[in-house]
Amino acid sequence: MAAADESSRPFAGLSDVSISGDIPVEGDISVPVGPSRRDDEFSTLDEPVKETILRDLRAVGNKFIHVLYPKRSSALLRDWDLWGPLLLCVTLALLLQGGAAKGDDQSGPQFAEVFVIIWFGSIIITLNSKLLGGTISFFQSLCVLGYCIMPLTVAMATCRIVLLVPNSLVSFVVRLVVVTASFGWSTFASTAFLADSQPPNRKALVVYPVFLFYFVIAWMILTFTPTQ
Amino acid sequence: MSAGSGSRNTNTEPWGSFDDNLIQGGGSAVIDMENTDDTSGSSFEDMGEMHQRMKEEEEVAAEAAATEDDDGEFLGMKGLKGQLGRQVADEVIPEGQRSKQLIQVWQAGKRQASRAFNLYANIDILRPYFDVEPVQVRSRLIESLIPARMINFPQKIAGELYGPLMLVFTLVAILLHGMKTSGTVIREGTLMGTAIGTCFGYWLCVSSFIYFLSYLVNAQITMLQTLSLLGYGLFGHCVVLLVTYNIHFHFLFYVLWLVIGGLSTLRMVTAILSRTVGQTPRLLLCGTLSVLHMLFLLYLHFAYHRIVEGLLDSLEGPNLSPIQRVARDVPEVMLNTTMRSLGNMAKTR
Repeated sequence: MAAADESSRPFAGLSDVSISGDIPVEGDISVPVGPSRRDDEFSTLDEPVKETILRDLRAVGNKFIHVLYPKRSSALLRDWDLWGPLLLCVTLALLLQGGAAKGDDQSGPQFAEVFVIIWFGSIIITLNSKLLGGTISFFQSLCVLGYCIMPLTVAMATCRIVLLVPNSLVSFVVRLVVVTASFGWSTFASTAFLADSQPPNRKALVVYPVFLFYFVIAWMILTFTPTQ
Repeated sequence: MSAGSGSRNTNTEPWGSFDDNLIQGGGSAVIDMENTDDTSGSSFEDMGEMHQRMKEEEEVAAEAAATEDDDGEFLGMKGLKGQLGRQVADEVIPEGQRSKQLIQVWQAGKRQASRAFNLYANIDILRPYFDVEPVQVRSRLIESLIPARMINFPQKIAGELYGPLMLVFTLVAILLHGMKTSGTVIREGTLMGTAIGTCFGYWLCVSSFIYFLSYLVNAQITMLQTLSLLGYGLFGHCVVLLVTYNIHFHFLFYVLWLVIGGLSTLRMVTAILSRTVGQTPRLLLCGTLSVLHMLFLLYLHFAYHRIVEGLLDSLEGPNLSPIQRVARDVPEVMLNTTMRSLGNMAKTR
């Protein structure tokens, strides 16, 4: 009986071990107590709106920084959100609005067109990478692709400013250089996040559609001419 | 299969009754796609049904063992069930019964939704068709321009969708480039929509049409194989258009059209010839395919060719048709118009 007791409680002798004070112990222990616990759960609903917005903005800003310096980190993947991609997509579509070649009918990309291209392109690339055996989830991939449009948005803003100068050849060369650099940056940044989730011999199969996607967007930016 | 778990001795008959273990299926049936004969035509519907049946069996087994501490993760939304359930519970249902009822309602709803989701959005159906290596894709791209000689024995056609899909998207990108440099104006639509519609429409419609014809003449080819064959045939189109949208010599285009277009058509034709029996069916299938393939390249080149603005304005005037795509670049007139437009520019400066 005593032997059975001892074997059933192998760690019984450790019950009086004390932890020294200088080892930091972290974590949450929540015990269901009653009404007070319900108040704790709704705490994010009770906080002021400014705090919620600032927290989300800080998260978005943090991810922008990760895109600017693409090291192999999992910050973009761990807490994905779609606010950043939405913001970038809307900005890019607004900047591309109002470009027309000849005449006053719609020959430049319109807002809806850019929006649809970006989102459906991202969805197709995500499906492709999942079908090729990727370990990344659907929304994580959308998040990464959306955030990596940031260099191209910056390039679009630069192009718009450069187009204010009427000299055509120099402005074209400058725009070409800027757009090519940002296209390379976008592709490199997104592959730094996406390629890790693929089996090693199939990285090229995933990178190619990403390359094509950003190429189409870069092409739309480069050929943008504002209405006279 | 372990005999211990869940097996009851139902041996009531003298001959030994059916074993329950056979029906309940604790394991999963793995189908090795590599060994499937490639003319067996594993259609999307069969794959979908099989997956659905396997999933349903798993779900039934899981439900039998499911307890109330199911985490409620659905589409990545964790913990939604707990919070929502408690919020509703506070307002509506009396304390004693609410947790059990709500959890049951939630689980039933979730099961329904996930069943519908799995049925219609199950991309696992397409997973075997994307199982390729980059080396394979590259070799298939090159082989699409090399007609094979053997037509007495059915040629092996790769049944994959990655290469064709990427080639269609590349063709869309090249078409966009061509439309932009030619200054195409599309009034009743968008540039991107037209490009995507043209390329995907060609790929899907012509593949289906060829499959339909081959079904009529009883050729040994499946829908997946026609999709794959035609998709890889677009590689020649991509190469020709990439070159000729940037270098505008008609002679060069005609040479490339005949050589590269002809080679890729020949490849597809020999693949189909090897799988068709009879003179008339062969003539019908191969004639249709070659005509459609070559004419598509011709259409893509001339519809989105560079136009000359001065010539266009002088000929068409203000009454323009809804989709305006013109190709008129007679060399002498082009020279005159260029001089005229340069003169205009000099005057306005």
